[in-house]
Amino acid sequence: MKYTLILSSFRNLHLACCKKQVNPSFKPVATNPLPPQNLHLPPKNHPLPNQVTIHPTNDHALTIQLGDTINLITHQKVLSLFQYLQQHPFAGLIDIIPAYNTLTVVYDPIIIKHLNSELQTAAHWVETHIKSILPNFSQQAAAAARQLKVPVCYHPSLAPDIEALAQQHNLTIREVIHLHTTTTYNVYMLGFLPGFPYMASVHERLATPRKPSPRKNVPAGSVGIAGNQTGIYPFASPGGWQIIGQTPLTIFDAAKQDPAFFQPGDSVQFYAITIDEFHQTRQP
Amino acid sequence: MSIRIIKAGLADAFYDKGRYGYQHLGINPGGAMHVAALQTANALVCNPPNEAVLEMHFPAANILFNQPALIALTGADFTATINQQPIPINTPIAVGKGVELKCTKPLSGARTYLSVSGGFALTPWLNSCSTNLVCHAGGFNGRTLQTGDVVNFKSPINLSPILTQKPFRILPFRASVHQLHHYQNIHILPGNHYPSLTQQSQQNLLSQTFTIAANSNRMGYRLHGTQLSLQHPTNIISSAVTKGTIQLLPSGQLIILMADHQTTGGYPVVGHVPSAFADTLAQCRPTQSIQFALTDFASAEAALISRHLHLLQLQNACTFRIKPFLTNANGRS
Repeated sequence: MKYTLILSSFRNLHLACCKKQVNPSFKPVATNPLPPQNLHLPPKNHPLPNQVTIHPTNDHALTIQLGDTINLITHQKVLSLFQYLQQHPFAGLIDIIPAYNTLTVVYDPIIIKHLNSELQTAAHWVETHIKSILPNFSQQAAAAARQLKVPVCYHPSLAPDIEALAQQHNLTIREVIHLHTTTTYNVYMLGFLPGFPYMASVHERLATPRKPSPRKNVPAGSVGIAGNQTGIYPFASPGGWQIIGQTPLTIFDAAKQDPAFFQPGDSVQFYAITIDEFHQTRQP
Repeated sequence: MSIRIIKAGLADAFYDKGRYGYQHLGINPGGAMHVAALQTANALVCNPPNEAVLEMHFPAANILFNQPALIALTGADFTATINQQPIPINTPIAVGKGVELKCTKPLSGARTYLSVSGGFALTPWLNSCSTNLVCHAGGFNGRTLQTGDVVNFKSPINLSPILTQKPFRILPFRASVHQLHHYQNIHILPGNHYPSLTQQSQQNLLSQTFTIAANSNRMGYRLHGTQLSLQHPTNIISSAVTKGTIQLLPSGQLIILMADHQTTGGYPVVGHVPSAFADTLAQCRPTQSIQFALTDFASAEAALISRHLHLLQLQNACTFRIKPFLTNANGRS
């Protein structure tokens, strides 16, 4: 005897209960655990502040653009909205991704629809919700940045591009190191690889485009420059950044509770170490 | 309570729905490429929907069962056999100790999913059992399976009343998945830079076919097709991307980001493949041609909710039909 689990004809759970082959006393199996305070009232419509735009990024994410250039003031807004949403998440929010001038919220449309069945779309609810909180968050200043000091060894054996980069800008290697270590950088976002910090802005005399063709294997800890950004490879990986040094620190450690060394908004300064110091401090 | 990998496949690894809540650290969600197949595989063996299952490509692993298990294969049809006898997909199967599961020929689809009742004993990393190959974490030791690996089950199962000393038994149930795979074209939502495409490129995006390149994988599908271009060169500031985001590369070719995508990107975004259609895409193979059709947010969301309801009903039906079948000892349900 062969049964087929015919399910496609059921329009909703209520109807499903009425079908005779299903036990009428059954309770739907909840697939998504929901917080108890799950009744959302549709928020009032709020106008968008100047320079703010909101656009969907697929059917389960929405991007809020808080400015149209890369600058610290815009990024502070991104961070304070990021922190506000971390402290005041809405049911169905599953990820918040800050970048240079944008914050993207990733949500589960099923949960949002489930809580607000009369809605047109979950995307619309999230957009309205974000608009309603924009006036609140702007009063909240971003939390003070962590100040991080990061050792970097600029020895040519660990810095395959430092000589060419110095020549290109009519600098000595010593000047490159000086310019790279006397600037304080802001971590704008983490991306490309888990834990990879995009930091800006490097001194204009160091700003260099990516290599025309990427290297097949950049070692973990390599410190690079791309345009006016500087970054650190947490893992060995193919990559096109101009490599000017290497840190002995472990930038990503999956075994740690907080696996990433950097967070968006960190304030970072590099200091030079010798090749001997590099090998002594290198974490296994 | 375990399986042994007699011969490793191309890229066999464990995935659940994915690892959410860490994208601000650049840790991508990963997870099963074909989410509905993951949930179907779990439903058929009475697991919770998010239990990690083994995702396999062709050639898939040859697997020896050291102990009895209730299993299901979903997603791609790789003409699987147990002890050389063909077995169906989307059906729960009781297997006895010492049987061998093999996939002999790729008939349809790109990825098959193997579930076992009770689940595999894996160590979660950041709240998910999905394998993250870059971080060497999650899944089975953070890597794809190798020949000789032994993967334990979470709990033993007594199937002797059902097996009645046979090596395996195909249970008389089959999940209907036709509703989940009825799409002709890959529906897309317009991306932020869709309006910036030249009119000709907009037309080409929706009228031409694109071929999935050989170097496509869980990170992304590269497409070969008509070159597309923007009206004006645009300076783009990197921002977050999602599974399904379609980027325009400097070469004029497209790439669709898939489960193991980077969390941020700096290429123009011409469209997005919404969640329900990313499932269809997950079963497309390299060299296969696809065509896009424009959809809207309401329809994309409706397709996702219809998938969700279908899977919920399947889950309920399995709970009320298969579970009693297993517990009613003699198997004559």
